[in-house]
Amino acid sequence: MEYIDYYKILGLNKNATADDIKKAYRKLARQHHPDLNPNNAEAVKLFQQINEANEVLSDPEKRKKYDQYGKDWKNAEQYEQARKQQQSSGSAGGNPFGGGGGSFYTESGDEGDFSDFFSSMFGNRGGGRQTKFKGQDFRASVQINLSEAYKTHQQTFSVNGKNIRITVAAGIENGQEIKIAGHGAPGANGGPNGDLYITFEVHNDTAFTRKGNDLYKTVPLNLYKAVLGGEEIIDTLSGKVKLTIAPETQNGAKIRLKGKGFPVYKKEGAFGDLYITYQVQIPTKLSEKEKELFEQLSKLR
Amino acid sequence: MEEIRKISVEQCCIYYSVEASFVQQLDEHGLIMLSHSGEEAFIEYDQLPDLEKYMRMHYDLHINMEGMHAIKHLLQQIDTLHAEMRRLQEGLSEE
Repeated sequence: MEYIDYYKILGLNKNATADDIKKAYRKLARQHHPDLNPNNAEAVKLFQQINEANEVLSDPEKRKKYDQYGKDWKNAEQYEQARKQQQSSGSAGGNPFGGGGGSFYTESGDEGDFSDFFSSMFGNRGGGRQTKFKGQDFRASVQINLSEAYKTHQQTFSVNGKNIRITVAAGIENGQEIKIAGHGAPGANGGPNGDLYITFEVHNDTAFTRKGNDLYKTVPLNLYKAVLGGEEIIDTLSGKVKLTIAPETQNGAKIRLKGKGFPVYKKEGAFGDLYITYQVQIPTKLSEKEKELFEQLSKLR
Repeated sequence: MEEIRKISVEQCCIYYSVEASFVQQLDEHGLIMLSHSGEEAFIEYDQLPDLEKYMRMHYDLHINMEGMHAIKHLLQQIDTLHAEMRRLQEGLSEE
């Protein structure tokens, strides 16, 4: 367990007054509060540290204890033992979101766990903001591959020990957020449960570039096929397609394959288009014979 | 039709220990939207996350109504810019 310098977190020195602490806390809280830094897990973490530092330093009892024992931290074995006891009695909180390769955080920033350092010195925090009516919302991010996003599929998560299964409709976008109503923390006083928000991070594991519902790909084309025409078989996300190459196809020529792009989110049967750009490959390591023939060709022009 | 779930502003203020005038001001500034039935004002459940957010900003961070109004506007802009940035980051060499 690491020693945490609460003064440093708030940018103060050891003889800061209660007023200094209040001011420093408010100033930092206004900068890093998760409400003002949406979708920023880093701010959530930072704000928790600021909150924790404030919780200790703004409370004269806690501050005294911290100042007294804090500097001898490495020798303070009794705290280490206390920590172990606390852990064996089962720690509260923790990550309620498991599985799915995602990450979990709550965005109001005041329900998060304090550090081991804090709980070993002061015990688990009792108070914190209590649910008054609506339960707290949970936020999670989930990583999926573009090839998975192509098809409607199911994902199972466990949130607070309860398994929930969601259907991810084909065509979900990178950064898209879906709301699962009622799967946040329980409400109080007859209020509704919080909601669970899941943000999808879609990683491209394909050879295509996605722009909205359209896909783009550059396909190499050999010189002779470009000049004389022919056929080329290319991969699309829905299988192979045979294309007819027109004679005298230019380098950089583009074609559009209608409906061979990405599915449109929640629009059954609708697809974007696939755009193919041909990149003509100029032959290399020419033999003497080939050079001769190219020279003959060039003289005909 | 889906039942609209709501709570009276009066009851809500008791649970959250805030002044009714605070909630009314949020409504007047367009930060939340209240619904009315006769004399009584209600807040729909889907407005509660916003209400809680502005409560935190106001009571914890000491931001006034005008400040929260400006923040709302800026957060919307950030949202738009994030979406735009994502589209650009998707590395488009093609048109």
